Amino acid sequence: MYKVILATRYLVKRQIAYFAVLAVALYVFTVVVVMTVLTGLVTDFKQKNHSFVGDCVVGTESLVGFAYYEDFMKILERSDFVEGISPVIKSYALVSPVETEQNLGVEIMGIDVVKHSRVTGFGQTLYYRKDDASKAFKPVYAPNLAGCVIGIDLALQRDAKGGYPYGSGPTEMALAISCFPLTAKGALAKVGAGMVNTQTFYYSDNSESGLARVDSSMVYLPFEQAQLLCGMAGAVKRVNAIHIKFRPNVRLEAGCEEVDSLWQSFGREKAGEKQAYLLKNVTVQSWKDYRRGSIAAMEKEQTMLTALFALVGITTVFIVFVVFYMIISHKSKDIGILKSIGVSNGNIIKLFSGFAFLVGISGSAVGLFSGWLFLLKINRIEDWLFARFGFQLWDRTIYAIGDIPSQVDAKVLAVIVFSAIAACLVGALVPSWQAAKQKPVETLQVSQL
Amino acid sequence: MGKDDFILKAEGLHKSYRMGATEVKVLKGVDLAVKSGEFVAIVGASGSGKSTLLHILGALDSPDKGVVAFAGRDLDQFSGDELNKFRNKMVGFVFQFYHLLDELSVLENVFLPVMVSRSVVGWFSCRRWAKRRARELLVQLGLGERANHKPYQLSGGERQRVAIGRALMNEPRLLLADEPTGNLDSATGNGILDVFEKLNRAGQTIIMVSHDERIAQRAGRIVMLADGKIRRA
Repeated sequence: MYKVILATRYLVKRQIAYFAVLAVALYVFTVVVVMTVLTGLVTDFKQKNHSFVGDCVVGTESLVGFAYYEDFMKILERSDFVEGISPVIKSYALVSPVETEQNLGVEIMGIDVVKHSRVTGFGQTLYYRKDDASKAFKPVYAPNLAGCVIGIDLALQRDAKGGYPYGSGPTEMALAISCFPLTAKGALAKVGAGMVNTQTFYYSDNSESGLARVDSSMVYLPFEQAQLLCGMAGAVKRVNAIHIKFRPNVRLEAGCEEVDSLWQSFGREKAGEKQAYLLKNVTVQSWKDYRRGSIAAMEKEQTMLTALFALVGITTVFIVFVVFYMIISHKSKDIGILKSIGVSNGNIIKLFSGFAFLVGISGSAVGLFSGWLFLLKINRIEDWLFARFGFQLWDRTIYAIGDIPSQVDAKVLAVIVFSAIAACLVGALVPSWQAAKQKPVETLQVSQL
Repeated sequence: MGKDDFILKAEGLHKSYRMGATEVKVLKGVDLAVKSGEFVAIVGASGSGKSTLLHILGALDSPDKGVVAFAGRDLDQFSGDELNKFRNKMVGFVFQFYHLLDELSVLENVFLPVMVSRSVVGWFSCRRWAKRRARELLVQLGLGERANHKPYQLSGGERQRVAIGRALMNEPRLLLADEPTGNLDSATGNGILDVFEKLNRAGQTIIMVSHDERIAQRAGRIVMLADGKIRRA
């Protein structure tokens, strides 16, 4: 009991203990804020990638694509773990507003908008046709013309707060989209005949996926027209990918393994077909693997930052160590007194460990509360800083980030608090052990007073 | 006289300290025997080794050579736990500079030895008794009104009386006092010695260290320590 009483009194009555509490609070505050924001950004980025891709992709990197996809789609449709499938054409094209000399290299994605919206979050990325994605390729100003959905950053420029200056409807604009159609062997399909397929599409909507690279380079076209443009609508039709959504109770890894197994059987079944060689380049990937290139960079940043904060943690251990060294040096007389009335070395260590625990828990509580309060107001604070000083954490004209993430993760908090308390205990261990092993008479000398 | 007739018996105690390159021999073969109920004063010049001897007798320090037996049992045979219990229950220390814990109140300082010897559950079961006994001791020592004060709010004499209260809390068989009046004025010091005499009359064994022979006269027996040896007993 005396350990609890003394540890509490040391905390309350020793001003130097407040420095230790402050060091822990600052550490917890910084880590809570940075980890929450970073974890929020990474989670948000992953969700956007998941929403963009669906659960699984059967596809090839080759622009030639692969054949017999309709047969495989029938197999998938019959399976009980698949909720939706969407065939996709992917290629590169030149876009130029009709009757102008301007042009721009873009990526094109040919989709069946209804199927694709069932598999991915595409429908929710639209602006004008969000309520009825099936009309995404029907321009409001000319519903019978072939429309195209343009990545938001291709069409509009973000304002300083990250918003887009949408009009009441899409601007009436015709776009000539040209690409090189390829044969199943990968050769140019129209050698000697102009080589390029060009078709005019009308700007019908914008897509804001929240993925900067996608939104700044992607033009979505109706599936059939895209297939024609890319030379994939021949006798044996081809696509570049099939995006799949699993039923809610299907685990991602299990679903992908199932699709892979079906694909392997399908490959063997089609082995004798004329364009079976195209199937060899096809892979089955989960959305995480499919978007690994984008996600990995973000995860790497998160890992680096976590490592940096581990270093900050070590610094905190050192600060706590110094503070405890000072406190325990000042308290050597107390240690002698306690030993003279029969307190054991183990209990001396427990007493100062208890003190360290109190410092850790108090610092964590202060850091957590202030961090939580700061996160609660972080967007307001940023707005105020922007209004007053023009400061933004991320330049919204460049980064596809809306609000700063401020959703506190209980698991992250638990890890931070645990590490802060552990840091205090480690910091206090050496000085308290040193103090405990002193002979009582050494600490009770007059010269010590 | 048989070994068991003495509450404390020291034989051939040697102790030296290293001060830089020099080894200072403080005790050079001290023999001392104290009977139960005795009030013994150890006197000697400053640096004669009086405090060192007292610390060894109370197991706050250990001799380089020689043995100390308490109630017939050698202290060097005690385990770490037994030594802690010995310091907690068998002896009570009173130091020249009081050595009270500033963070605790007067009352808490007095009942601290009981708290130290009990677990949390054990403490809760005996805390009323401990607080009552601590208050009684404070009343006996004339500090009944000072129980809730902090040590720094007391005078030197009052602090020393609190230290005596703490030393007596567990009813130890032996009270060891190291220059208990050394930091007090004459009148206050006499008050402390009165307390010791009263305790001794009630049967308390006391060993007191002092450099002042006039103070030592208040004890039943005076032991002179000079050049690391007992010169007169």
